[in-house]
Amino acid sequence: MAPAALPSSAVSLRDAVALSGRFPLLAGVDLEVAVGETVLVEGPNGAGKTSLLRVCAGLVPLASGRLSVLGLDPSRNRTAVRRRVGLLSHSSHLYDDLTVRENVRFAVRAAGGDVSRIEPACERWGLVGRLAKTSAGKLSAGQRRRVALAVLTARWPELWLLDEPHAGLDTAARVLLDLAVVEAAASGVTVIIASHESGPVEDLASRAVTVTGGRVTAERSLTPAFGGSVPSVTPDVPGDGMPGTAPLEGRVAHVA
Amino acid sequence: MWRDAALVAGKDLRIEGRSRVALSQVAPFGVVALVLFAFALGPDRQVMAKGAPGLFWVAVLFCTVLAIQRSVSVESSDGARDGLRLSGIDPAGLYLGKAVAVAAQLVVLELLLTVGVVLLYGAWIEVPWMIVASCLLGTVGLAATGTLYGALSSGLRVRETLLPFLLLPIVAPVLLAGTRIWQAAMAGGTPASGMQWLRLLVVFDAVYVAIGVVLFGPIQETA
Amino acid sequence: MSDDVTTTTVAESAGTHPAAAPVSNTRVTPAPAQSSRSKAVERTIGLLALLGTVATVWLGIWVTPPDKVQGDLVRLVYIHPGVAWVALYLAFGLAAVSSLLYLWPRTRSLLWDRLAAAAVEVGVVFNVCTLVSGSIWGRPTWGVWWAWDARLTSTAVLLVLFLGYLALRRVPAEPEVRARRSAFVALFAAVDIPIIHFSVNWWNTLHQGATVLNANLSPQIHGSMAWTLLLGFVALTLAFVWMLLVRYRIGVLEDWLGANELDLALAERQSEGAAPANGGSVAGGPVDGPSGDRVGVA
Repeated sequence: MAPAALPSSAVSLRDAVALSGRFPLLAGVDLEVAVGETVLVEGPNGAGKTSLLRVCAGLVPLASGRLSVLGLDPSRNRTAVRRRVGLLSHSSHLYDDLTVRENVRFAVRAAGGDVSRIEPACERWGLVGRLAKTSAGKLSAGQRRRVALAVLTARWPELWLLDEPHAGLDTAARVLLDLAVVEAAASGVTVIIASHESGPVEDLASRAVTVTGGRVTAERSLTPAFGGSVPSVTPDVPGDGMPGTAPLEGRVAHVA
Repeated sequence: MWRDAALVAGKDLRIEGRSRVALSQVAPFGVVALVLFAFALGPDRQVMAKGAPGLFWVAVLFCTVLAIQRSVSVESSDGARDGLRLSGIDPAGLYLGKAVAVAAQLVVLELLLTVGVVLLYGAWIEVPWMIVASCLLGTVGLAATGTLYGALSSGLRVRETLLPFLLLPIVAPVLLAGTRIWQAAMAGGTPASGMQWLRLLVVFDAVYVAIGVVLFGPIQETA
Repeated sequence: MSDDVTTTTVAESAGTHPAAAPVSNTRVTPAPAQSSRSKAVERTIGLLALLGTVATVWLGIWVTPPDKVQGDLVRLVYIHPGVAWVALYLAFGLAAVSSLLYLWPRTRSLLWDRLAAAAVEVGVVFNVCTLVSGSIWGRPTWGVWWAWDARLTSTAVLLVLFLGYLALRRVPAEPEVRARRSAFVALFAAVDIPIIHFSVNWWNTLHQGATVLNANLSPQIHGSMAWTLLLGFVALTLAFVWMLLVRYRIGVLEDWLGANELDLALAERQSEGAAPANGGSVAGGPVDGPSGDRVGVA
């Protein structure tokens, strides 16, 4: 498949090898992700899941093999690819001395996003009031994750790369995240989630690939629990009652 | 590109405004340097006045190294450097923004050091505009090269020791030119000799700003 | 939570090695052997350089006449300008051009990086010789071991730039990353050298007392002195070329060693997939990448 063809595939990797020094992060990955698909990447620690996402974001160049993201070659059209891709990684890329609000503003503006979407995104993730004016250095890990998510939802890029997105989030935030992913998928966004946990995260994806030793070694299809229908808060979700359930359902009512 | 530059410069200056590192750490360091120079050269004010131009510029170079280190380390908080790359921000704009922020801090520091030199060393300035010109042009050169080398060494764990070693020989022309211009400014008389040095500074600045704008992108992807 | 899942292994279909058999990727490419022709070339150049240098020294010390003004001290003219030419122009110019060729996308090849690094290393040797010979020459002439003569000062600054380049290369990194970084540094230094040269010149000549220092390092050359001088230049250039070739060859071997380590690491990595029971037993690899947070191992 020609790399710069019609973007019917969001991500296309052929025998991709990526290195860090002498260490092969990816040792020959083959992967195709169609536009609008939600794919789960699973595997043990050190398998190369994070590296895979970073390669798709254009951060790590390939030593050999072929890569095409949204129909473009990340090493040639760097800016174009990065503006249309959002990576949620372990670190939240925040400046400790700036407040939450300032961080979100800077990140969205740097990525050429729509400034008017910042307010609603901050509200969605609960970054309002005193929290909005807190210096990023004082935040907990979960709060940092929320800030990064606010930036992501404000930007709303075509491809979402989520690296262990649920890590560090409390129950309420996990639900918000799941809803955001569903909303994104419904609006045609391609989502790739890397996670070593099994369980609730499988509900979001239609396919799961297993990565071990820097290569894709297995694949299976899943049935997304929220395939297009209005999501309800299932009692199986671990934890107690979610505060603010009513506004959540009201907000996602438009997901047909 | 200019929009991105303004965005980044604003961000860096806002961080400086919050953390006040340049004001509370680098500036006092500059003053300490001036005092140490005085101890080293002895209490004879004539000697100090004569050496004032050179001492001023050496102090500025030290402060530049610190300012650049700070500018680079701001981006290591929480992987912010990756964040900048991921945002697809224009690399030339990023370069100019960071350089402008460093330059702004340096100008303020130089103002402080000038006052210090005049007071502590008894240096008397006949032709003030040359002082101002040399400081502005010199600052541009220092900020331009410093930001460049800062980016080149940004990922390295030995950055603290390597950056001064790499940067200071490169900015030797700024030291030479700045000192000469100051000497001409203090001696009064014809500023003719100072003019050729100012022209040298302009060339230096133009060359390195051009290099930075063009090559910052590839450098960023390397480090 | 859906219960109907189907599992298929894509190992075969994707054309990768089957998970059952261990990956037979552990071949070690043989060391790049030096062709007999290049060995002969290297030997010849080395021999000529040695002969030339010996001849220069013999001619310089015993055969040529002493200068009217400087006496026997002038014999340094057979060495000093020669090593200066090699260090300041040949080595530095070669390093700069090689770095440029490396950075240019069409001619990008690690060959240029190796060449630049070799040129700088050998250049350091010649640079130090320049400074030492210049200093020895200056001592009786000016009465001091070091004077801020324009050329000596520029040479000293160049030495520091060279050393900075080498210090940067010692930082562990992948070959391509290291090559790019070094090439950039070389390029920036190359751009600055003319500016430094001009500034040091002006600085020197405008300073009172410069006239005393500027004289005397350029004696009158005639007759047998001219021939010896020429021989000296040629011999030293050959010496540089020989050292360059040897250092380059060492560089090739170093890179081959590195590539071999990579092949082994690839094989190990791939065999991880074949034995999934060892879930988290990755050695973690050497963290050679420049950024501290290598979150690739997730």
